[in-house]
Amino acid sequence: MSYDVMVVGGGIVGCAVADRLARLDLSVILLERDDDVASYATRANSGIVHAGYDCEPGTAKARFNVRGNAMMWNLAEELDVPCRKCGSLVVAPEEGLEGLEELKRKADSNGVVTEILDREGTLKKEPNVSDNVAYALYAPEAGVISPYQLAIALADRAVLNGAEVVTEAEVTAISRENNLWRAHTPKGTFDAKYVVNCAGPEAAAVNGFVGEEVYETEYRRGDYFVLDNTEGKNVSTVIFPLPTAAGKGILVAPTADGNVIYGPTSVPTYDGDTAVTAEALDEIRRSVPLTYARPAFNKCIRIYCGVRTVIGHDFIIRKSDRAENFVMACGICSPGLTSAPAIAEYIEELLVSCGMERRPKADAVTVMPRKLRLESLSEERLNTLVKENPAWGKIVCRCEKVTEAEIVEAIHSPVPATTVDAVKRRVRAGMGRCQGGFCATRVMEIISRETGMPLDEIRKGIGHSEIAVLAVKEADYD
Amino acid sequence: MIKKCDVVVIGGGPAGMAAALAADKKGAKVLLVERDGRLGGILNQCIHAGFGLHYFGEELTGPEYAHRFVLEVGKTDIEVLLNTMVLSLSDDRKLTALSPEFGLVHIEAGAVVLAMGCRERTAGAIALAGTRPAGIYTAGMAQKMCNVEGYLVGKRVVILGSGDIGLIMARRMTLEGAKVERVIELMPYSSGLKRNIVQCLEDFGIPIDYSHTVTRVVGKPRMEGLYYAPVGADRKPVLSEEKFIECDCLLLSVGLIPENDLLTDTSVEIASVTSGAVVDERRMTSVKGVFSCGNVLHVHDLVDNVSHEAETAGAAAADYAFGKYSPSAVRYRVNAGKGVRYALPQLLNAGEGEAEIFYRVDNVYRNPKIVVESGGKTLCSKKRPVLAPGEMEKVTLNLTSVTGDVTLRLEM
Repeated sequence: MSYDVMVVGGGIVGCAVADRLARLDLSVILLERDDDVASYATRANSGIVHAGYDCEPGTAKARFNVRGNAMMWNLAEELDVPCRKCGSLVVAPEEGLEGLEELKRKADSNGVVTEILDREGTLKKEPNVSDNVAYALYAPEAGVISPYQLAIALADRAVLNGAEVVTEAEVTAISRENNLWRAHTPKGTFDAKYVVNCAGPEAAAVNGFVGEEVYETEYRRGDYFVLDNTEGKNVSTVIFPLPTAAGKGILVAPTADGNVIYGPTSVPTYDGDTAVTAEALDEIRRSVPLTYARPAFNKCIRIYCGVRTVIGHDFIIRKSDRAENFVMACGICSPGLTSAPAIAEYIEELLVSCGMERRPKADAVTVMPRKLRLESLSEERLNTLVKENPAWGKIVCRCEKVTEAEIVEAIHSPVPATTVDAVKRRVRAGMGRCQGGFCATRVMEIISRETGMPLDEIRKGIGHSEIAVLAVKEADYD
Repeated sequence: MIKKCDVVVIGGGPAGMAAALAADKKGAKVLLVERDGRLGGILNQCIHAGFGLHYFGEELTGPEYAHRFVLEVGKTDIEVLLNTMVLSLSDDRKLTALSPEFGLVHIEAGAVVLAMGCRERTAGAIALAGTRPAGIYTAGMAQKMCNVEGYLVGKRVVILGSGDIGLIMARRMTLEGAKVERVIELMPYSSGLKRNIVQCLEDFGIPIDYSHTVTRVVGKPRMEGLYYAPVGADRKPVLSEEKFIECDCLLLSVGLIPENDLLTDTSVEIASVTSGAVVDERRMTSVKGVFSCGNVLHVHDLVDNVSHEAETAGAAAADYAFGKYSPSAVRYRVNAGKGVRYALPQLLNAGEGEAEIFYRVDNVYRNPKIVVESGGKTLCSKKRPVLAPGEMEKVTLNLTSVTGDVTLRLEM
């Protein structure tokens, strides 16, 4: 099978690129290593739509962050992805004013609206900053978004517009066949005229497949606490400490879905190390009280860890000068989520400059169908839905109030959800305080019923993560 | 749809069924709302024996115990709504619920009985370090997978925490062919029943490490093992003594939390020790007409006690709905003194008759004396060979002798 464009990697950048290109008159394929899109850095980050004040002026990060922020809110509206433009505060003690002023200068030269607030002004934006906070840099354009739901929605729209998304298709080699690039994967080979490398942690390796520069890549782990949604009312904005060389620091933020997160740490590691460490958790426990007055570690419902892929000090987004029709986005760490729509826009330009024809698809989907959520339905509408389909009246995930109808819809979505985690990322079943203790088995039953897969083949998520490992009374231990 | 009733019972497990039956016996029009497709609650997955010794005077399995109540409910006019989840509750006893049959249901009740049970603490709640692979489950989820779905969730199992469900699952998984390597308990004593330690661990040669904890989990996408270590007096792990066990499954039995999330929009007072409502001896909460019983009130060891407590609550709810029960003007607090973790009910109405006070101790005590005092007098003083946190205890008081706030304490 031959395509116009092949996107390698289904993280936020790959999904944004596939979505953009699928709205042109092109055949597009996205190859993803894991069982679902948004399975690596995209599913485990802070979910912040950064304003762009802290990027070094003149860098790609500054440019794409600011442009990406401007594109994000409309994109989220089109895609029906939960987000909140809640603003952000970089808070500082008395002696931190100078640091804030320096940030403000960067903000000004990046064209980002910010304002330095005194304690009183800060308290108006966020009543729960800690007692030692004297000043804050307020950025009204910042906010939060569900990063994995954004990537999934982009991939879904790409599929609705004709793109193909192939999961569990890790590209292990790329060869040149008849003037086309051929990707070799466990799911077979795929040919395309253009290749866009959005392979995140593996982007340098994918570069190597075509003779491009294999960038020296560093990985930095970030650990987080997720708090019960009862904490959501206590955090109104994203609260950052003053940034350091290691990054933006440990933040306290609302999530787009109503929880609160504390994190991330920034610890050098290797690719794939997403194990949370006790030291990292202790570091967060020490840091949060410095900026936030109401830490509630006893309301923790989940901890997680993501890995940043860092190459030098800036994003590397360019077309290859060694390999024909090959475009790369490497080293997309923070603010990669915010930048993704702008990176995709730029990659489209790079492809056009390679000779790709740009003709908009006449009937392309732009506004995605609204997802029905129990809490936003009127009584009349809900009753009509239940009458048509009783699954709308059956709550499966009691913590997050997710109905069976939503789960069935997720299983049959354009990029289908076939694992318990994939369902969780799409509709939040299992994301609540019982963490799937009650609903995971019911979600498994529904996946099994809807897909015909036997229960013991239903996986938690990536790889061999089957939950049922042995049928009762058929045990064959030793 | 609007439904009106004298008593609405939220939850169709053992507590809910017993409460509904008691209210029905008093002549109340009762609505019983259950979110699952059948009555019985968690008992339906507890296929081991040991239920009913006190209530029925015979040993039953969980489903058998539940079934006796299901049959009784079937003989009455109690209206049962299955697959129906209560979404909201207000102080004036108005509820909304969602049902696949009727859509949104508005319920107006003379009295409300809370009987929603409890949920298990998770790996996230204890901030368990390491990877998050397939293989880490609460003991209750493993129990449902095993006893209802027919699958084991691991072949080499470690259990963290010695709550009763964890102990039961140690035996259950062993019987089904899994190898249960050990049970690891943070505290120097078990939080489960002594009989379960004997029958589920000792009888099967499964070791238990007290004063130990799991320090981190390894493996991805499937669990490959875990590290564990003894804890110091501060309950922090001593990492220099960390050890590794190869296993593909970690079951958590690290505590049960009453599921009172529904009370967010009410002013029901919650006790921080139990995470359940503060109630009087008839199990009425701080909101008049709202009663609580079973594991949503405080976590019980024995379902028999749940049934008895729920009958108290259900009968009181019917009385309230008929205007036959209102709290007395004088109410006494029941306080947990030295050595006592909590005592329940937390309030007593001045009056006549007897009241049972349930309590749990905060450590293992040998030969202690439980002393109950009120208004400067000692109401009772009983010597016991051993008291442990895993076993709920009770004392019975004559209410006429209660003349002031009551304190339960241990004397060594």
